[in-house]
Amino acid sequence: MVFPCPTGDRFDPVPLSRTGTLWSFTIQRYRPKSPPYTGPAAFHPWAMGYVELPGEVIVEARITNVEFGAIHIGMPLELTLIPLDPDAAEPVLIHAFQPLGQPIGASA
Amino acid sequence: MSGDVCIVGIGIHPFGRTDGTSGLDQGVFAVRQALADAGLAWPDVQFAYGGSDAAGNPDTMVERLGLTGVQFINVRNGCAAGGSALFSAQMAIKSGEFEIGMAVGFDKHPRGAFNALPAEYNLPEWYGEAGYMITTQFFANKITRYMHEYGISQTTLARVANKAFRNAIHAPHAWRREEVDIQTILDAPLVSDPYTKYMFCSPAEGGVALILASEKKARELGKPLIRLKAATMRTRPPGSFEVFAPSIDIGGGKATATQIASADAFRMAGIGPQDIALAQLQDTECGAEVMHMAENGFCADGDQEAWLAQGRTEIGGALPVNTDGGCLACGEPIGASGLRQVYENVVQLRGHGGGRQVPGNPKTAYSHVYGAPGVSAVTILER
Repeated sequence: MVFPCPTGDRFDPVPLSRTGTLWSFTIQRYRPKSPPYTGPAAFHPWAMGYVELPGEVIVEARITNVEFGAIHIGMPLELTLIPLDPDAAEPVLIHAFQPLGQPIGASA
Repeated sequence: MSGDVCIVGIGIHPFGRTDGTSGLDQGVFAVRQALADAGLAWPDVQFAYGGSDAAGNPDTMVERLGLTGVQFINVRNGCAAGGSALFSAQMAIKSGEFEIGMAVGFDKHPRGAFNALPAEYNLPEWYGEAGYMITTQFFANKITRYMHEYGISQTTLARVANKAFRNAIHAPHAWRREEVDIQTILDAPLVSDPYTKYMFCSPAEGGVALILASEKKARELGKPLIRLKAATMRTRPPGSFEVFAPSIDIGGGKATATQIASADAFRMAGIGPQDIALAQLQDTECGAEVMHMAENGFCADGDQEAWLAQGRTEIGGALPVNTDGGCLACGEPIGASGLRQVYENVVQLRGHGGGRQVPGNPKTAYSHVYGAPGVSAVTILER
């Protein structure tokens, strides 16, 4: 099983679990280069990592709605969507994971 | 061909930044030094393999070296380019077709180089737009997982960088040659947790050339016989964890191209990790050296914590690792980096290491490179 689902007919798309556990992580401390990065010009560090979806696959994702110091391998997480640029008028949403059981609409 | 392929000449252009000198010219500088070292002239060279990732086609150096009609093959293989050039050069002599050849590598990367775009890696555009097209992220994730599984501390990572800069003080070809103490390394700004700025190598410049000969020819040249007992280059197995990976197989991240290349090299050389006197292991970041110690069979996963604390990989330790400061202190000109390791091993086996010389008259030396997207090259030298 791979993510994202490749184009062509070698793979069939399947819905992945919306919950998993953190497999590894880091904090992106500097602004990635543009191109290809299209995040906001003003940079604030963000967390990203790999989330193990049980029995399926380990996927790369942003980690959100959690203090950097509280992030740890094995923590239960659930899927959410966050704006790539929170200040954009019509922000592009990207996939992210947050601590399981987070109240809906909680901010980072 | 009977006998071993031998390295009879070595040359290096100092690594780091040399404004006003092209990457190609740094390669030419290294070739001339290697020829002089071997006591040969350019027309004696029957073939060449050259690696450069970003500094032009290596074969164009014939314009500087002489239009002898020599066959010159360009190699592009990511960070394993130098290893691949050496592997190919070795095979050409082993075939019996040639007696003297050359492996050369050079590069010149600007500050903050290594711009990767999703399309080059068969990835969707959103992957780059969202900020995942970053090698340091991958390295940080890989070591964070490894530290969790095997109990490696951030202090151990700092010990690796500290050792690199200390060793480099005695390596004239190295770039960063001032000691940085462990606390300064730990307290430096984080680039990608748990790595601080001293824990990553930088893109750099440099050139290295190695002249290879059949054993018969090497004896005629009257050089000390530095035998290339093994040179392997392998690609990744299933389930490995590589740079720019949007997903990993469950249970993945354990099998690596390095393990295969290493096992293969030991089999070819007919010796084991315990027989190696010193090693140059790919250390683009501190954790790479730590993980590669185990992947190459020198210790078990997790032993590195004690090994580093006890100084076992220091110049005077049981297995000196990265005796010239490795990529951390030399920087990484992609095309030249793997050949620098072999250069350093020849220096050590000849006993010419000066202040960084491994004591005890070492007879065996090991080199290992690893690069995207999961390639690895290993050599074993014997005197």
